[in-house]
Amino acid sequence: MQITAALLAAVPLGTAWRAGWARLGSAQFSSPQAGGGRHFVSSRCGNRKSEVMAGKPKLYYFDGRGKMESIRWLLAAAGVEFEEEFLETREQYEKLLQSGSLLFQQVPLVEIDGMKMVQTRAILNYIAAKYNLYGKDLKERALIDMYVGGTEDLMGFILMFPFLSAEDKEKQRVFIVQKATSRYFPVYEKVLKDHGQDFLVGNSFSWADVHLLEAILMVEEKKSDVLSSFPQLQAFKRRISSIPTIKKFLEPGSQRKPVPDDKYVETVRKVLRMYYDIKAN
Amino acid sequence: MRYLFSASYFPGIQKLSSMSGKPRLTYINGRGRMEPVRWLLAAAGVEFEENFVETKEQLEKLIKGGDLLFQQVPMVEIDGMKMVQTRAILSYIAGKYNLYGKDLKERALIDMYVEGITDLMQMVMMFPFTPAEAKAKNLASIEEKATKRYFPVFEKILKQHGQDFLVGNRLSWADVQLLEAILAVEEKVPAVLSGFPQLQAFKTKMSNVPTIKKFLQPGSARKPPPDENYVALVMSIFNLS
Repeated sequence: MQITAALLAAVPLGTAWRAGWARLGSAQFSSPQAGGGRHFVSSRCGNRKSEVMAGKPKLYYFDGRGKMESIRWLLAAAGVEFEEEFLETREQYEKLLQSGSLLFQQVPLVEIDGMKMVQTRAILNYIAAKYNLYGKDLKERALIDMYVGGTEDLMGFILMFPFLSAEDKEKQRVFIVQKATSRYFPVYEKVLKDHGQDFLVGNSFSWADVHLLEAILMVEEKKSDVLSSFPQLQAFKRRISSIPTIKKFLEPGSQRKPVPDDKYVETVRKVLRMYYDIKAN
Repeated sequence: MRYLFSASYFPGIQKLSSMSGKPRLTYINGRGRMEPVRWLLAAAGVEFEENFVETKEQLEKLIKGGDLLFQQVPMVEIDGMKMVQTRAILSYIAGKYNLYGKDLKERALIDMYVEGITDLMQMVMMFPFTPAEAKAKNLASIEEKATKRYFPVFEKILKQHGQDFLVGNRLSWADVQLLEAILAVEEKVPAVLSGFPQLQAFKTKMSNVPTIKKFLQPGSARKPPPDENYVALVMSIFNLS
């Protein structure tokens, strides 16, 4: 706790910001599995030891973004260290299938707290709740769920992008930017403007903030000035990017995956035997 | 006294959910993405009202009015919120009415099961909109996924713990969603449960839960299987070709 207080004192931030950051700080302290905790002294050494025995979460997926990337973001934002096993061959995938680890024969798979979790949304919900990034009550959770639903839909348009033909890519790029600037970004811009707080929900850092930052950066990769008419989102992007755990994740050498390339597409197609054409929206 | 406050007495005023206190569902008069919400509210014994979108103009008016956060339906007015995003709505209802497990781990199981079932239901939901020449293939795909990927999972879960419900030995959102999916697939593939004795027993037990039994009776808010009229209506309202 003392270290967090020192950090807060050192960084010139507004009160709400400190409140939000303190919330994150307390999440790291109360959660024994605080991977970022190597820089913090845990006040609960006993619990931490048993969690260390339980091990870090382990992610099974391709070496690329896809559906796993939001999970990497959320774990990283929560300061949780995790391991990854990358699917590179069909044989590897079939072995995983035969092991019975994949409840619905699909990845992502995350081994966490003794569970073999599948279904991206279930995994994200669990992580968010465990690390206090899911609001303080049902109504805050409802807001977070709504906002995350929107950014998930937006990022969904980008998910299939690498699999499209060159011609369809151009069409999809236009579609993504149009949806981002006319349907999604205006909503978050307004939410931030209306309450004037640093975070989307409850004046506290939450999953919704992490997810929105991820979405903003992904859309910017398609059109770098896409935030030009969204001053609130520009400020939001700066603020959230400078949260220590997120800043670390944004630096080279982190587990954040790069923009998917042809090699990634080839690997996915080969491993999943997914050779059919994917259409643009 | 109650009549004085009904919408019909004040013709200009749109009926507000706050007047009756019941949740108010805005969607097309058909299953689509709203049906799981109807199921869950009904299973929880919660009465609700419906506001049917019948024309493109009505949808545009709703969008202009700012009631639809992402310009989309479903929208559910509940507890002073105008909720959108089906999953968010369902999670809220499940949480509020104690259908979401007793702790984080039970919630994780419920979420996993519900997400899997939703993937299957997505195929069923899109089926009416498949072009005629692709319908047979699509149907075969639904049957394959149901019998090879999804139903075996729940058959095994029920067999292994021998309990009546999927999670934590009590009724949850996962059970309601699974029953809905079983019935929806059966409408397309009548003998689909033939290799699944546990699911057959589950279907019978669940159908007899009083709130669900009521929902399954004629005259309830449950919507019929989508037909050509429904498809045409959706196409016209959402400008699909």
